Amino acid sequence: MTDAALDTNGPTELPGGRSLWSDAWARMRANRAAMASLIFLVLMTVACIVGPWLVPHNYTTIYADYVRTPPSLTAYPKADMVESALNDVLRRMRVEPGGWTQEGDRVFVEVTSGRAIDERNLRYLERSDTFHDARVESRADDGLAMVMSAAIKQQYFLLGTDNVGRDLLSRTLMAGRISLSIGLLAGMTAVVIGVLYGATAGFLGGRTDEIMMRIVDVLYSLPFIFFVIMLVVFFGRNFVLMFLAVGAVLWLDMARIVRGQALSIRRQEYIQAAEALGVTQTGILLRHVVPNLLGPVVIYMTLLVPHVIILESFLSFLGLGVQEPMTSWGVLISAGAKNIGSANWLLVFPALFLVSTLFALNFVGDGLRDALDPKDR
Amino acid sequence: MPEPILSIRGLRVSFDTLDGTVEAVRGVDIRLAAGETVAIVGESGSGKSQTMMAAMRLLASNGRATGRADYRGQNLLELDKAAINAIRGRKISMIFQEPMTSLDPLYTIGNQLIEPIRRHQGLSRAKARAEALRLLELVRIPEPERRMRSYPYELSGGQRQRVMIAMALANNPEILIADEPTTALDVTIQAQILALLAELQAKLGMAIVFITHDLNIVRRLADRVYVMREGMVVEEGPTDRVLSAPQHDYTRMLLAAEPEGHKSPVPDAAPVLLEGREVSVTFEIGGGFLASKLALRAVDHVSLALRRGQTIGIVGESGSGKSTLGRAMLRLMPSDGEVLFAGRDISGLGAGDMRPLRKGLQLVFQDPFGSLSPRMTVGQIVSEGLRVHQPALSARDRDGLAAAALAEVQLDPAMRNRYPHEFSGGQRQRIAIARAMILKPSVVVLDEPTSALDRSVQKQIVDLLRGLQAKHGLSYLFISHDLAVVRAMSDYVLVMKAGKIVEEGETERIFDDPVQDYTRALMAAAVDNQRFANA
Repeated sequence: MTDAALDTNGPTELPGGRSLWSDAWARMRANRAAMASLIFLVLMTVACIVGPWLVPHNYTTIYADYVRTPPSLTAYPKADMVESALNDVLRRMRVEPGGWTQEGDRVFVEVTSGRAIDERNLRYLERSDTFHDARVESRADDGLAMVMSAAIKQQYFLLGTDNVGRDLLSRTLMAGRISLSIGLLAGMTAVVIGVLYGATAGFLGGRTDEIMMRIVDVLYSLPFIFFVIMLVVFFGRNFVLMFLAVGAVLWLDMARIVRGQALSIRRQEYIQAAEALGVTQTGILLRHVVPNLLGPVVIYMTLLVPHVIILESFLSFLGLGVQEPMTSWGVLISAGAKNIGSANWLLVFPALFLVSTLFALNFVGDGLRDALDPKDR
Repeated sequence: MPEPILSIRGLRVSFDTLDGTVEAVRGVDIRLAAGETVAIVGESGSGKSQTMMAAMRLLASNGRATGRADYRGQNLLELDKAAINAIRGRKISMIFQEPMTSLDPLYTIGNQLIEPIRRHQGLSRAKARAEALRLLELVRIPEPERRMRSYPYELSGGQRQRVMIAMALANNPEILIADEPTTALDVTIQAQILALLAELQAKLGMAIVFITHDLNIVRRLADRVYVMREGMVVEEGPTDRVLSAPQHDYTRMLLAAEPEGHKSPVPDAAPVLLEGREVSVTFEIGGGFLASKLALRAVDHVSLALRRGQTIGIVGESGSGKSTLGRAMLRLMPSDGEVLFAGRDISGLGAGDMRPLRKGLQLVFQDPFGSLSPRMTVGQIVSEGLRVHQPALSARDRDGLAAAALAEVQLDPAMRNRYPHEFSGGQRQRIAIARAMILKPSVVVLDEPTSALDRSVQKQIVDLLRGLQAKHGLSYLFISHDLAVVRAMSDYVLVMKAGKIVEEGETERIFDDPVQDYTRALMAAAVDNQRFANA
């Protein structure tokens, strides 16, 4: 080994190698369904993260005038809704309506009353979800009659509103944030715990493996719902605990899969070669075993995320998960299911979001499996 | 020349891969007459297997074949599925290289034989059973009645290959395609299988297409030979003519690729580096929760002393314990007895105490595909030992040393950012050698380092190992079942059988004048070039 050899081979002139990952990526790109799904997932994620800020309604705002309005691409209020909204307001003012006209986007209304009408009654118009910019146009000298005007507030409810009059679009996007992040975080928890646990058990083998896997068996026998209820009882309803509960149960599958893989990797000659080089057990585990495990792990994770999302929906459905006014796809769907006869959009839209995301995740998982499995060529 | 029953003309096979279309076979013409034995010879990647696979329509899904492959006037490449299935397995049958994986482990041998016979010939169960028994007798399986009820794992590799041959012969095929049928077997078993094939051909009169890389087999079995290289036939003709007076340079190169040379013994004064005294390795088989354990002694009181600069060849059939002995000498496997390295007893040392010594004791494996981690670059693989033994080195220094080690095994150091799957078998074996050499060891255990490689590549690896030994004064423990390579590499030979040393001595003595019957049988199977009995 000469110094000349050291000098002439600077790292800059090296041609890049093609790793198994870049091979897999190239195969993945050739798979149209998987790529379309991947793009869809990215768009969905961006929409759920950014969307709630761009939608003009807050997901908690209640529009009392717009309870269970069906989805529409045109603005609310519709022509017939103005009158009923107006009547509502006037009833609250305790004045007699005396006919109304609409000019452009302003309404003019005459009111009369037995007592003098207070100008502060205008705030009833302001408070309404239908009107804003209320003014007194003219006032009788005795104060018993008045002409008021207000602008009609143009509002869009693209996906309609729910039972208490909240915009479904902003709620669905907000729910997507929760569902996707639960899926991702619980998935991650399960993967990290499962990979480390399974790889350790499989790699060490022998008695350690026996003991570690029996612990997994014991945990398997705990009923999941019981476990979650216990957590809720002890720690109260906590969003983070949900992740923990879901992740803490799902890593068991992961650990089993990884342990099986690790057992077979342990018998590979490159592990023996590393042992012959004197590499420590930790070094072998981290440099040789775990990287070679990642293929099946990535695939399993794309299948785990939908699983978690469904589990979360189930828990929320039982009332153990996310609580109002916060929401998730599972919560929205369970609410929609109750109104399937009268307001089917409450079920259709959240279900569409959830189902399309799960489909996409499954396609990506299938694509990854094909891409990472060189035997399939 | 009689009318051919199989004639392949202008066959081209291409595969669609990520890097574009790869042409595996580029215009091949092969003729096969009834009852004839034709060998297709070539190194791995020459397209010899793909030619026959294409003719049998067994290409992988991304493969395409054009040209003609006529069997009795029918172009096999254009037949529909039903028609090709009527020919495949009935008129033309195949046996493959790997007898371990070509039998279904969940069914008895009898079942696997009877079912295809019933389906193809429509016999009753009892008749099919009788036919299966007849076939097992034909391929000389001992106790065929009992073997009918055995599962594949109860059979040895040679017996499984015999069963595969019985299955291939079940429907009296006209053509038998044998794709490296003996490559995975020990030399003695290999000779038996080849003799069986020759005998069956004489008895049944089918034509055999023999795909192999081993010229010795060609010499002993084939009437005519096709030499293939890079998807083309470079030479064809009668076996005797091609092997004795080759026309093409490539054939000449193949013929000259037998490893040659020999190593002279080291002086007695050379210090003993690695010594084993009464080394035994015992495996415990089975032993579950309640089942009792079974002890298997893989290495049985073996003693050996490796001197500086010496190469000890360890030969024996598979299962003789030679690899286990090599691992035990490196303390990679628990064993009884003493192991001394440079005069120090290392048999009682734990993993931590062994670690500093590992630098001097290295190992190179048989399978260059399995011994390199697929997710690491070549540079990372080669320099991994430095991380352990010289942790103070910077990443840049490690990289430089890796480059130098690659240069030493005659690989382009610029390739160290690539991944193992981008290299050929021979190149990978060089990488594995570089990984061992970068630590500047004094003892290297070579566990069948050339067995998975083509002859011409074997020769290069042997030359490389010899060069490194001369340059650095290395001592080798060379484990192999390939006697030609052992003869070229080592100056002292141990012959192992069932965990014991049956004979040992200087290489020339063992090869020229073997004392034990077992050694003689090994030698005979390896160097015999008598033609098998043939019709």
